[in-house]
Amino acid sequence: MSGENGKVRLAVFKLTSCSGCQQQIVDLGEQLLTLLDRVEVAYFLEASSDAKPGPYDVALIEGSVSTPHEEKLVKNIRENSKIVVSVGSCATYGGIQALRNWMKFEEVKKTVYEKPEWVEALEKSRPVSDFIKVDYAIGGCPANKLQLLSTLKQILIGRRIYHREESLCQECKRKGNVCVVVAKGEPCLGPIIKEGCGALCPSYRRGCYGCFGPMIDPKPNALARRFEDLGLSREETALRIRNITSWSEPVRRFLESYER
Amino acid sequence: MSGKEDYSEIKVEQLARVEGEGGVWVKVKDGKIDYVEVNIFEPPRFFEAFLKGRSYLEAPDLTARICGICPLAYVMAASRAMEKILGIKASDAANKLRKIAFYGEWIESHVLHFAFLHAPDFLGKHSIFEIAKEYPQFVKDAIAARNWGNRAIEIIGGRPVHPVGFRVGGLHRIIRKRELEPLLRNFDEVKKIGKRLLEFVLKLPIPEISYDMVFMSLKGEKEYPILEGVVANNLGEEFPEDEFEEHTIVEQKRYSNALHYRLKNGKPYITGPLARFNLNYELLSPEVRDVLEEFGFKPPLRNTYQSIIARAAETYHAILEIGRLIEEYREPNRAYEEAEVKAGEAMAIVEAPRGMLYHRYRISDEGKILYANIVPPTAQNYAAMEEDILKVGDLILKQPKEKAQKLVETTIRNYDPCISCSVHMIRLKIIEE
Ligand code: SF4
Ligand code: SF4
Ligand code: SF4
Repeated sequence: MSGENGKVRLAVFKLTSCSGCQQQIVDLGEQLLTLLDRVEVAYFLEASSDAKPGPYDVALIEGSVSTPHEEKLVKNIRENSKIVVSVGSCATYGGIQALRNWMKFEEVKKTVYEKPEWVEALEKSRPVSDFIKVDYAIGGCPANKLQLLSTLKQILIGRRIYHREESLCQECKRKGNVCVVVAKGEPCLGPIIKEGCGALCPSYRRGCYGCFGPMIDPKPNALARRFEDLGLSREETALRIRNITSWSEPVRRFLESYER
Repeated sequence: MSGKEDYSEIKVEQLARVEGEGGVWVKVKDGKIDYVEVNIFEPPRFFEAFLKGRSYLEAPDLTARICGICPLAYVMAASRAMEKILGIKASDAANKLRKIAFYGEWIESHVLHFAFLHAPDFLGKHSIFEIAKEYPQFVKDAIAARNWGNRAIEIIGGRPVHPVGFRVGGLHRIIRKRELEPLLRNFDEVKKIGKRLLEFVLKLPIPEISYDMVFMSLKGEKEYPILEGVVANNLGEEFPEDEFEEHTIVEQKRYSNALHYRLKNGKPYITGPLARFNLNYELLSPEVRDVLEEFGFKPPLRNTYQSIIARAAETYHAILEIGRLIEEYREPNRAYEEAEVKAGEAMAIVEAPRGMLYHRYRISDEGKILYANIVPPTAQNYAAMEEDILKVGDLILKQPKEKAQKLVETTIRNYDPCISCSVHMIRLKIIEE
C-alpha cells in the first residue's frame, strides 16, 4: 500500500448528508487505529485539519450527489482512489433528501427559499454509483459500525466481503421479536429491507421504515398488497414505501409503476 | 501593523480550490476589517418541502436526519410541537428518559467539539491525535465521556445516531429501570471524568478580551433548560417560544445556503452554550459552579472563545443530571400518550447542543403535515459570527498572516457550527483594498 511505512492511506469525504455516518467512523477511530495499526488517515477533515492530497488506497464517501460541485468531486475521488466505498444510505441510495426527487424541483426550492434562483443544486439527489464505479456499498441511516469495520478489515486483508442481505424479517425472527404486523396490525417494511441493524424498530414494537435499504431481490408488490390488506389506501401505502431509501433501484421502479 | 506584507502571502490559488465549499471572506481597508462574509456551504436538503403531505408521526424521525450530531434535538422539538397541536403531554417518566438521552447527546456533541475540534486551537495543534501525545489523560477522558453519553442514548433509543425509540407522545416502548442501571455502574468515575475535563479546559490559554454581545436562549424555571423554557435574552426581553418568529427577522444571502437570522431590531444574537450559561448560571449544578468559581470564573463569560468553558461546564452538568434523573426514574404504565388526530398549528423550541432549535408545524385533520418551518441554531448564529470577526478585528490584524488565519478559524469554531463545516469549510481569504 502507498502510505507512510506501507500503511493504507484512508480518506473520508462528505457530500450531501447529515454527518451521521462520519460520526460512526469517528467512533470507530480508536478501534480502527489500534486494532489494525495499518492505516494512515490521510484525509478526514472532520477529525484533522491536516489534509493530505491523494492518491488514496481507500476512499469512504458519506452523502449523496446533489450539487454540480459534488458531481465533479466524486469523479475526482474515483481518479485518486484505488477502492471507493459508499457509506450509508445517502451515498448508497441518494438518502432521505432524494424524497425531493418525487416532487417538482422548482416548487421544492420555492418552499424553502425566497430566492430559489440563488440555490445551486441538481434537480435530483442521487447515489454515488450513478456517477462513478463504487467497489463496496454499505447501506444504513446511519451505516452500522460493525459492518463498516468488517468491510474495512476485509479490504485490508484483501478478501471479498460478504454481508448477509436477507430480509430484516430473518433477523427479526432470530432475535425472537413479536411481529408488529401480526401483533398490532402495524405496517412494517421489514420484508423488503435488508438485515443489519439488529431489527431495531421491531424490538421497540414499531414497524421498520426502511433506513437500511432494500434486500437482494425484494418483492415490494407483495408488501404493498399486505399493506392494503391492513387497510391502508394506495396513497398511504406508497407513502410508507417511499421513505429514506426510496431512490434505491428496486423501490424506485416499484413506486413508479405503483403510483401510475 | 505589519499586515500588508504578511497578508499578501496568503496563497489565493490554494484557497480557490475550496471556494465552492465556502469560507470566510475578510476585507481589510485602511488597516481595519471592513467587511466579513461567513459562507458555510452545506448543500441544501429541502426538508421543509418533502415533509409536506407526510404523517405528523414521521416528523421526529425524518427531521432527525437534518443532523447526525444532534438528531435527538430534532426528535424532541418535532415531538413537542406535535404534542402541543394534539393537546397532549408526555408523561413525567417519558420526559425523564428524553432528558437522559438528550443530555447524553449534549455530552457526545460537546466533548467532540471542545476536545477534538476546539482544544487543538488553544494548544496550537492540528488534531486530537497530536494532543494525545502530550495530554493522554485528557484524550482518554474525552473518549470515555463521549462513549458514556452515546451509551445513554443507545440504551434508551436503540442507537446513538438516529435512535428509533422516541415518538410523539413519549417512547415506543417502556424502558425498565434496570436497563438504565449500567450507566450508574461506575458513575463515580464518570463524575470525576467530567470534573477533570472541565478543569483541563479552565486551564487553557483563552483570549481575555471582552465586548458587548446579545445572548438568547431558553431560560429554565427550576432546571437548566434543555427540553423547554421561555425565550430570554440579556436585553431583558422574555417571551414564549410561540413568539419566536415575531421577535426575529430572516434573510437569504446570495453567498450562503443557510438563512440568516437576527433580532427584530437588526442586531445579531448568539445562541448556544455561552448564551445558556450566562442566562441560566444559577441553575447549573452546585458541583459545577464550585469548580468554575474555584478557577475564578463567574458569568457573564464575555467573549465567544470562552464558549469552550460553557461547553465543558455543561458536560459536567449533564453527567450529574443523568445520574439524578436515573435515580428519580419510575417506570410508567404506558410508553406513550395517545391522542385523537386533529388539525392545528404549534411551535416548539428545545436547546440543541449548539443552541435554540425551533420547529413549527401545521397539520390537517388527517394528521398530514401542511407546513413546516425549522430554524437550526447555526442559522441563528451566522450573523453573530460575522459581527464577532469585526469586533475582534484589531486582535486579528495584530497577528502575522498565519496566526490571523488561525484566529479567524477559531472565532468561527467558537460557535461550533455544524460539524462538517467546523474544520474543512473554514478557509480564510483576506482581500486588501
Ligand atoms: S445515511 Fe443517514 S446517517 Fe448517514 S449521512 Fe445520510 S442521513 Fe446521515
Ligand atoms: S416485525 Fe417487521 S421485520 Fe419483524 S417479522 Fe414482522 S414484518 Fe418482519
Ligand atoms: S428496523 Fe428498519 S428503520 Fe429501523 S433501524 Fe432497522 S432498517 Fe432502520
